Amino acid sequence: MPGSRRAPLHSQHRSKMAALSSPLRVCRGILKELRAIQGPSYKKSLAYNYVMDQFRKNKVTGERYCRAKQEAHHASHTYLCLLASTRNHLVLHNLYHGKGERSPEEVASLVGLRLPTQPGGKGWEK
Amino acid sequence: MLIGKYACIANSCLMRTFQTQTSRSKVCLRNQHYECVARYSAATAERKRFYQDVSISQSEGGLYEINLDQRKLKTPGGKLFTVPNEALAIAVATEWDAQRDTLKFYTMHLTTLCNTALDNPTQRSKEQMITAALKFLETDTICYRVDEPHGLVELQKNEWDPVLQWIEKRYNVTIGSSASILGPEIPEATKDNLRQHLKSYNFWSLTGLEYVITQLKSIVLSLGMIDRHLSVEQAVLLSRLEEEYQIRRWGNVEWAHDYDMYELRARTAAGALFVHLTSESSTVKHKLLQD
Repeated sequence: MPGSRRAPLHSQHRSKMAALSSPLRVCRGILKELRAIQGPSYKKSLAYNYVMDQFRKNKVTGERYCRAKQEAHHASHTYLCLLASTRNHLVLHNLYHGKGERSPEEVASLVGLRLPTQPGGKGWEK
Repeated sequence: MLIGKYACIANSCLMRTFQTQTSRSKVCLRNQHYECVARYSAATAERKRFYQDVSISQSEGGLYEINLDQRKLKTPGGKLFTVPNEALAIAVATEWDAQRDTLKFYTMHLTTLCNTALDNPTQRSKEQMITAALKFLETDTICYRVDEPHGLVELQKNEWDPVLQWIEKRYNVTIGSSASILGPEIPEATKDNLRQHLKSYNFWSLTGLEYVITQLKSIVLSLGMIDRHLSVEQAVLLSRLEEEYQIRRWGNVEWAHDYDMYELRARTAAGALFVHLTSESSTVKHKLLQD
């Protein structure tokens, strides 16, 4: 059975978490997402300046366990998750759900017909 | 009229239209039904991106506003869009900036949350929200266990029990788990403890918290994530535990499973960020370096 050969859910997830938990990786991830959003001029955006500011401010701390640093790290991780998942969601949406209904003109052209036109309008249109 | 307008929009898949100061000409129709139909079709018609730059500005009172190309952003209710701190304003501005040719409101979660908090279309008070949240405890995902299949029972025990133990220790409450259809019995002391804790949040944070609870279908997971015990990905994984189990057993369907997972992650992350940004204020204290 394929399920039994894989590692248990929790430990696999834990290893994924440990890999992402360094602030440098989170920072790089956020910058990658911002670059995907903004294009080449992402360094001029508000978000870039704010994020870099926050990372620099929280880097230097005297205490070994700094609560503000933990909070900032969790917040940066959350923001990275937000940016990445909205982008992935949009990609999947466009890939699978994007089409929508065809307009009457397109439906008519499927069978090679055109819609009739009435010069004065039909009376109830604005 | 305002409630009717919101009820109609709520019925039609929660698509909202955003008005700017140069508002579109209002269609004057006789019937409220026709007005609802016109607004629905206006809401679902695709709006193109009509602005080049997004910037933020600070008004008097310390509130921040979003400017789309010189015009100030407004909520669907017509109020001026203001947020209490800069970080939230920047995040909302980034959402607006991320829109390409058309505006896709279903990707702008933070904007939607701010609009809900500002307009409060269903006129909810803090007490109503706290009561609703506590009522959710009786049907919390974490407390509902299955009897079989055995793998899922083990998984639920290994993954959900630690979170239950954490919240019981953190808030000094008792929340059991049960495999019966009725669910666990929640003692009144638990509810009182949690009510006291929830009262300490302000209205905006409670709006965000209610949103997160509705997405994750669990108060325990929401509080665990807000208290930074769990990350967003962990909380989403725990919320979808049975689905993940079935995926590993039967395979993954990208257009359903991954789609749902990313949407849940995006909404939960937005809610968590919203709660964090509206419930804390940070100050920087510079210590002098001693030689």
